[in-house]
Amino acid sequence: MTVAAESVTSLVQSVDWAAIAPPTIAAIVALIVLVADLFIDARRKPLLGAAAITGLVASIVALVPLRKGDRSTFCLTDNAEACSYTADHFTLVIQFLVLGGALLTALLSLTDTREKLPAGEFWFLLLSSAAGAALLPASRDLATLVVALEVASLPAFALVGLRRGDRLSSEAALKFFLSSVTATAVTLLGVSFVYATTGTLHLTQVAAGLEDVPGQLDTLAKAGVALTLVGFAFKTAAVPFHFWVPDTYVGAPLPIAGYLSVVGKAVGFTGLILVSVVAFPGYADIWGPALAVLAALTMTAGNVAALRQSANRAWSAVRLLAWSSVAQAGYLLVPIAAAAYSSDDQIGATVAYALMYAVVNLGAFAVAAVVGRTRPLNRISDYRGLYATRPLTALAMGFFLLCLAGLPPGIVGLFAKVTVFSAAVDAGLGWLAVVMGVNVVIALYYYLQWTAILFRAPHEVEAGEPARKRTPASVTAAVVLTAVAGVVLSGYPQLVLRFAANSLF
Amino acid sequence: MIDISASVMQFLLAFVVLGPLVGAAAALLPAPPGLRGGSPDQAVLRHGVTVTGTILLAAVVLAIGFDHDHPSKMQAATDISWIPALDVRIHLGVDGISLPLLVLTALLTFLCALYSYFNMPAGPSPKAFVALLLVLESGTLATFAVLDLLLFFLAFEMVLIPMYFLIARWGGEARQPAAWKFILYTLLGSVVMLLGLLLIGLKAGTFDMVALATDNGRGLTTSVQVIAVLAIGLGLAVKTPMWPLHTWLPDAHTAAPTVGSVLLAGVLLKMGTYGFVRIVLPVAPDGMKTFAPYLAAFAVVGIIYGSLACLALARSGAGGDLKRLIAYSSVGHMGFVLLGIATMTPTGVNGALFANIAHGLITGLLFFLVGAVKDRYGTADLDTLAGATGAALYGRAPRLGGLLAFAAVASLGLPGLAGFWGEMLALFGAFDPADGLSRPAFLTFMAIGAFGTLLTAAYLLVVVRRVCMGARPQEAQDEQRAEPLADVRAYEFAAWTPLVALTVIAGLWPAVLLGLTDPAVQQLLAGGKS
Repeated sequence: MTVAAESVTSLVQSVDWAAIAPPTIAAIVALIVLVADLFIDARRKPLLGAAAITGLVASIVALVPLRKGDRSTFCLTDNAEACSYTADHFTLVIQFLVLGGALLTALLSLTDTREKLPAGEFWFLLLSSAAGAALLPASRDLATLVVALEVASLPAFALVGLRRGDRLSSEAALKFFLSSVTATAVTLLGVSFVYATTGTLHLTQVAAGLEDVPGQLDTLAKAGVALTLVGFAFKTAAVPFHFWVPDTYVGAPLPIAGYLSVVGKAVGFTGLILVSVVAFPGYADIWGPALAVLAALTMTAGNVAALRQSANRAWSAVRLLAWSSVAQAGYLLVPIAAAAYSSDDQIGATVAYALMYAVVNLGAFAVAAVVGRTRPLNRISDYRGLYATRPLTALAMGFFLLCLAGLPPGIVGLFAKVTVFSAAVDAGLGWLAVVMGVNVVIALYYYLQWTAILFRAPHEVEAGEPARKRTPASVTAAVVLTAVAGVVLSGYPQLVLRFAANSLF
Repeated sequence: MIDISASVMQFLLAFVVLGPLVGAAAALLPAPPGLRGGSPDQAVLRHGVTVTGTILLAAVVLAIGFDHDHPSKMQAATDISWIPALDVRIHLGVDGISLPLLVLTALLTFLCALYSYFNMPAGPSPKAFVALLLVLESGTLATFAVLDLLLFFLAFEMVLIPMYFLIARWGGEARQPAAWKFILYTLLGSVVMLLGLLLIGLKAGTFDMVALATDNGRGLTTSVQVIAVLAIGLGLAVKTPMWPLHTWLPDAHTAAPTVGSVLLAGVLLKMGTYGFVRIVLPVAPDGMKTFAPYLAAFAVVGIIYGSLACLALARSGAGGDLKRLIAYSSVGHMGFVLLGIATMTPTGVNGALFANIAHGLITGLLFFLVGAVKDRYGTADLDTLAGATGAALYGRAPRLGGLLAFAAVASLGLPGLAGFWGEMLALFGAFDPADGLSRPAFLTFMAIGAFGTLLTAAYLLVVVRRVCMGARPQEAQDEQRAEPLADVRAYEFAAWTPLVALTVIAGLWPAVLLGLTDPAVQQLLAGGKS
């Protein structure tokens, strides 16, 4: 009996509840909201939004006790080194990013859920997706990684298609769903190949196992590595998996487009970093050049397409932001590619850049939400004369755009780009740095053009000019939050750039 | 000259750099009671004059407190850590090289603000104009005051957005394409420059210019230096501008408002040549040696090209725009500066720095004068101005005509005025270039450059003849041309006198400037061993 009891206890892994609190809280609140939606009457529906925001805030607060970054849980009982969940600094920063991004999205969506979107489903889906996105950076085995990826993505498909009766919305959701599911299938195939060659799913053990692959399994291992990476490249919207982006962003409710551009992208990057740098370091000579080429193609394709957006087309503002997010994904890939070439830890540059990008891109989407209330077509030409009607909003938007372009006064954007450049130069990827330089110039053209439009004199008041609507407090709060964060970071960029200097793992 | 305590000097320098930024933010706010003035527009323009005036005052006090016995020493230095992750430090300081440029920038911006107070260029509200002007000033001053490579890059970029908007909003014809050309060219150059700066910083392990200059390239292999000089040099050459990367300049100058042209020619171009002297020469001397002959060759081609372009524009019937002509003449003048730098000798570099300041004063004045002519005649087109015999400025507005002639002869390098010394020293440096550079090649460059001075004299004299001389109004048949023309107004007089006075002083007493720059240049070229 005692022998049996001992063997049973040795199979049960200990759980560190505090360590897994951030994603768990989000998931639990999601379920509570879903169930509560059935029982409360329509008048009280706004309470659901408040609950969701509280849940996200609680998740963020739950990160604070973990800040030393030394917690792991779900470790193998016979090998304490191999854990499925690790809350190191990398995890915490990304969790902060995705939960913060979800919080800003929630603020932007508060009024929409009152007017257009079904509240209960919306909050449930948003929180579930956020929970999955928060789980992903912590996962340290391939199975958890894929599960987290799916938990983050599946609700996102539904969120994109949530505008009922809108043909564009359903079409966007279908496009997004089909291409994403294909990518997941490819990833799973790759994971199974890797498992077949190494006999383990834990990333660190996979890394060790790939060091000495038996000769006849070598091809299988290489194919597994390549296929796994392809799946994650899709989530980052890297070329050639980027075609779904503009239509999906335009079809989705505006805050969800912002969410996809930041949190969806963060999910892809975290997965890519985890599999490439942690699990497959032995194959750096394969994925390094591949990622470098991918980065160059992605930023060029995104920028060229963004350049060609006409300012008068419907939803051109969202389209431009969508293409620019593809280009920015290219910059984010650069340090990951550089990590293959250099012994120094380059991943921090991606993390620092992603933090900067999250703040200013969500800020830009927040301003787009403000403008979209009076001008639902959201064309870039609708931003003309914004400074005359809403000076502070226009200044904020100009600041966000210049941060994205990386020019003063957007100092944080400038230095985030400098860290990416310096990662590339340090790794000897001079050609990639030059390609990125050219892209920065191309990007300036459309960002500055948009900025200039903000400050142009407004058109003569047209007939049927929509009356100015009061901006809801929650949307204003999102604009203010991102603008203040951007300004503070510009004064003291060390806050995000310190991740670029230290090892995060 | 007088003793000012070190901490006050530190404060003054930081104030000079950051003061305009605070002023720019304040310009966007509504004026406080008591400072409202006649109208909001007038109040904000006055705010611009006050802020730039204060900055000029601080810069002058800084120059007075500067220890003129040790101009090669970094003075008023501040060194605070800002972004430890990137090893970026807020390291400010002035020496004999940067001090004259700082004062020149503060002076020109103040004069521009003063000029705009009375003669605001047509365009949207002056509020944004003043704010942009102040950001521009801050960026330029920061470029000359910072001693950290990444901060230098930041300051270099900081001027782009304000200058873009100054051209695109308050400019003349074809201002949009000109503004785009300006910003895209310069940004492409500066991104390439960033790569070079990063290469140096990462390989040498520090971004500190003083430490790098003391190392004098000893910590960098020759191949790293060659690549870095190529990258940094390209960025700086676009800004300077060096032929054949100059094509943005004539368009930008032609389209820019008077004030924008003055600042563009007067100080923004100097950022490029200053970068060569401050970064390229001391930090990567081996790389510079490789490229010096090419730089010199491009420089003299620029001198000849600029002069020929001006001659073509000055011809009667060519439809040349005066502002465009002066822009091309800048290409020529900056060619002399680059030639001086390329010799890598103390003589040449001193000449380059002198020519820098002289060009800032004289071309600044020229752009002011041409702006005034354009205001009065409604055009800067030389053929329309001159008509059959000439614009007769001597007869119709004698003081304005006299000033224009003065600026023109100063620009062509008449001995006794500021333009002479810099070009003479640059050519003199080319006569005996640094060890390791081909002397025959530089002698050829010198000869070509000297020929360029002749061409310069030719086109400037043609301009003077066509604009200042001509049939007197009474004799003219044309009714419209006989209308009386306002001569130099009081505010114009106030804005231009300092430039005229300094041109004369620098011409008659070049030791004021050379005494400041020479020790610092000697130290930079010797690699920190003074």
